[in-house]
Amino acid sequence: MSEIPSDLHYTEEHEYLKATDEDGVYAVGVTDYAQGELGDVVFLELPDVGSSFGKMDVFGTIEAVKAVSDLYCPLEGEVVAVNEALDDDPSLVNSDPYGDGWMIKLKLADANEVSSLLSADSYAEHIG
Amino acid sequence: MTRIDPLPDFEARHLGPDSADVAAMLGTLGYDSIDALVDDVVPESIRMEGELELPDALTEAELLGRLRRIAADNEVYRSYLGMGYSDTLVPGVVQRNILENPGWYTQYTPYQAEIAQGRLEMLLNFQTMVMDLTGMEIANASLLDEGTAAAEAMHLAHGNARGDANTFFVSERCHPQTIDVVRTRAWPLGIDVVVGDHEGFEIDEDVFGVLLQYPATDGEVIDYTDFARRAAEAGAMVVAAADLMALALLTPPGEWGADVVVGNSQRFGVPMGFGGPHAAFMAAREAYKRKLPGRIIGVSIDADGNPALRMALQTREQHIRREKATSNICTAQVLLAIMAAAYAVYHGPRGIRRIAERIRAQTSVLAAGLEGQGHDVLTDTFFDTVRVRPAGSADDVLQRADDRRINLRNFGDGTLGVALDETTRPDDVDDLLRIFAGDGELDLSAHALEADGAIPELPGWATRTSAYLEHEVFNRYHSETEMLRYLHKLETRDLSLKTSMIPLGSCTMKLNATTEMAGVTWPELGELHPCAPMAQAEGYRTIFREIERWLAGITGFAATSLQPNSGAQGEYTGLLTIRAYHEDRGDHHRDVCLVPSSAHGTNPASAVMAGMRVVVVKSAGDGSIDLDDLETKASEHAEKLAAFMVTYPSTHGVFEAGIRRACEIIHENGGLVYLDGANLNAQVGLARPGDYGADVCHINLHKTFAIPHGGGGPGMGPICCNERLAPYLPGHGIHETGGEKAIGAVSSAAWGSASILVISWAYIALLGRRGTRRASEVAILGANYMAKRLEGHFDVLYRGERGLVAHEFIVDLRPMKRATGITEEDVAKRLIDYGFHAPTVSFPVVGTMMIEPTESEPKEELDRFCDAMISIRAEIEQVELGIADAEDNALKNAPHTAAMVSADAWDHPYSRTQAAYPAPWTRESKFWPSVRRVNNAYGDRNLVCACPPVEEYAEVGG
Repeated sequence: MSEIPSDLHYTEEHEYLKATDEDGVYAVGVTDYAQGELGDVVFLELPDVGSSFGKMDVFGTIEAVKAVSDLYCPLEGEVVAVNEALDDDPSLVNSDPYGDGWMIKLKLADANEVSSLLSADSYAEHIG
Repeated sequence: MTRIDPLPDFEARHLGPDSADVAAMLGTLGYDSIDALVDDVVPESIRMEGELELPDALTEAELLGRLRRIAADNEVYRSYLGMGYSDTLVPGVVQRNILENPGWYTQYTPYQAEIAQGRLEMLLNFQTMVMDLTGMEIANASLLDEGTAAAEAMHLAHGNARGDANTFFVSERCHPQTIDVVRTRAWPLGIDVVVGDHEGFEIDEDVFGVLLQYPATDGEVIDYTDFARRAAEAGAMVVAAADLMALALLTPPGEWGADVVVGNSQRFGVPMGFGGPHAAFMAAREAYKRKLPGRIIGVSIDADGNPALRMALQTREQHIRREKATSNICTAQVLLAIMAAAYAVYHGPRGIRRIAERIRAQTSVLAAGLEGQGHDVLTDTFFDTVRVRPAGSADDVLQRADDRRINLRNFGDGTLGVALDETTRPDDVDDLLRIFAGDGELDLSAHALEADGAIPELPGWATRTSAYLEHEVFNRYHSETEMLRYLHKLETRDLSLKTSMIPLGSCTMKLNATTEMAGVTWPELGELHPCAPMAQAEGYRTIFREIERWLAGITGFAATSLQPNSGAQGEYTGLLTIRAYHEDRGDHHRDVCLVPSSAHGTNPASAVMAGMRVVVVKSAGDGSIDLDDLETKASEHAEKLAAFMVTYPSTHGVFEAGIRRACEIIHENGGLVYLDGANLNAQVGLARPGDYGADVCHINLHKTFAIPHGGGGPGMGPICCNERLAPYLPGHGIHETGGEKAIGAVSSAAWGSASILVISWAYIALLGRRGTRRASEVAILGANYMAKRLEGHFDVLYRGERGLVAHEFIVDLRPMKRATGITEEDVAKRLIDYGFHAPTVSFPVVGTMMIEPTESEPKEELDRFCDAMISIRAEIEQVELGIADAEDNALKNAPHTAAMVSADAWDHPYSRTQAAYPAPWTRESKFWPSVRRVNNAYGDRNLVCACPPVEEYAEVGG
């Protein structure tokens, strides 16, 4: 059974949004379920700091032994940090998807939009 | 047949089961005749009426006699045509031990890396050779031909373009067939191709890439440094199409600013074959390593931490990316890449350099001689080709050349091209000088000119100073004895059809008969230049005409194009004809392509390449196409519907009765039907795509029609179509072919890989009307027999209406995976311990295996494979019951190497005997994998795609 922390926000495409210490800035990654389905992650293509994305825009790709998949930006925002540790060790996405396996930090255009994402319960239902 | 006619021999040799076996297999299935079985398998609604219009079978001796007579109609002139193809001296040790050796040509694509280390090593050599010679940081292995490689580079550059940049500049000094193929590929994607002189070309912001030929098609070695710098400044990617042999002497493109280098490796010991097959390559800078199309071999480690090779970045391939794919390349030219790499290994850096220097020296001598005669040599800096404006009439020179059975290139503007190669001898240069001299007299011979010092140095900017082929593998095997043993060592690491059946679903690994293969290496077929005049290729014309007619008859269509070089290429070409048809009728807006969810991954990828939008159609619960969903989607998109791509029998191994209705639905909504002929082996003589509603289909000649897989190519994917699409069949700039409203060239050569068409031609001629049909019937029988034998041990996922399968079937391993954690991969690797290659894994359904026996495998082999599967099932049961450990068991640890089971220490809870000799036949003949299970993730995380230094092997191996 994959882990779905109750305090995060989710998309149907298996990304999560996790609040950071900074107001309006959220960490984005893929869920435990997604990393399990993808298998060993071998490479990530992530955007540069400063780039902006709209809701559901592709912000990067994740490459694993079973599949290559696009990464979708859960909400509109600007990238304020990129997890460079993933360059050296993409397996962090497998071992700690909600912690060290975060991919980008996003400053949301409208923090109120967060409520439009799936809750942990809805996401759990979504993946069945 | 009278009592004095030759004994028919081939059908019984081609078929595995004899009549007693067939009877026994039918008995197991509860049928008393193969006709009754086939009647229950193939729906009546699609059965063809009557028989195929094919000739009676020839005996093997008759076939060879006929082929000799046909081949004699080809006239092999000495060729100085150049244009990217050169005559070459195939090393005998390579010809006999690779090209003519089923131990190298009958393997499948190296998905099961543990039993493919031999060809993986040679492909790694190929990549290393290409990287070294081009001065690039990564290379693939391999692509179909130089033209499509250049087009793939265009796609790569386009995908990398900033903003809306949409123009691809192509130098007018590229080979004309390359320009044609690039134009064809740009058309459906709306890319603007500008062909012109690079020197005057302004690179503005709309240009995302440029293509340059090096040396140029007219022979000139051009200093592109400034142009490449301008391109880089403008943000355009620089693609060079380069000649590997020239790069032995010339500054490599990587050192003058190219980002991507493509080319053909043909002149490294692969016959021209009137167009192919040969391996093209693509090399690039490190930054593009994850964007490179095609297959890339990489270094990883096995379960013991020892170095092991496997295909890297496989998830980038079209079959996983589907409609997000940026390339549809699948089957490539592995066997030919292996030959080219072997040529480099055999000659080594010194040998290659000497060959290249000799070619340039002869060209220098020729140029000096021509200038001495008063002709105008237009090429300033050359490697092997000069362009000449004769002092007198060019036509007279051409006439004299023809009299001496020599082909020169005619630029059509009063100038002529002469391209030399490693087969050129001083006598040949003398003959060329005589031809140009006019009076046939020779003032100065090649030797005299050489003595006069007619060989100038290359200018500094063009002179290569960097070393290449320094790796030990290129510096060890230069005697024939060493080379023979090296090739043998690699061969023994690979499981081929020499060892056991390769039951790969959807791949049809049938017999590649020796007699079918014989003609491929005959000089009358192999030494013809692809641009030689058709008058010299009368033999080929006969073969093309016959096989075109036969294939059209087998598929129930009106016309055939032999141009596509692979199945995926055929899909693409077929869709382009559909696109051209709609455009011709003013229906420019028709761009929706319906593709079932069960389709092979190349289908959606090809549709995207053809500029179509993919809409996925669901599968019903029984695996068949959901006709309701098809109807909904077709009518929803009726205004824009272009095509429907469907595989038949389905990728699930079932003859669906609804196919006719599916085709009608598409036609009612204004679309056309593309039929993927991957599974044609189930229906030759039984059902025809043209009869049950398709408009166009491709045929994988390397499946149904016996071209060997070669470890991932060569293949051929001709297309057949009805009257409606025939006008749009692809044309070609060099030879007249295709329909009256032909789309552009899709391959560099007009008839694709012409020399291997002979294999399929021979297959049909040897089996004839009766035997080709019989082959399909026995293939169906074999699959149903195996499905029956595996009943009770494994669930067969999909069956037709009467509980039968087509020529292949899927066994479901998911229930046991859930119960025990033993995966489909564990089963695949365990099969290696039993001496078998796994069936197709996880296609078209994840967690399953698809088994296709083909008609060529004897009953005994089918039984042996079933016994292995049943025995493995029992091993899984031991895990299920808790008798065997859940982790440390013979499945999870498979495959077992000799080193592992003979090690002093053995600390596993099962025996060494169970590990290595799980079945009685392994005692008699054991195939040992050379490495343990290969770690895929390690290799993809630590991407190394060149031969690693020898010390590294020592280190990792500890």
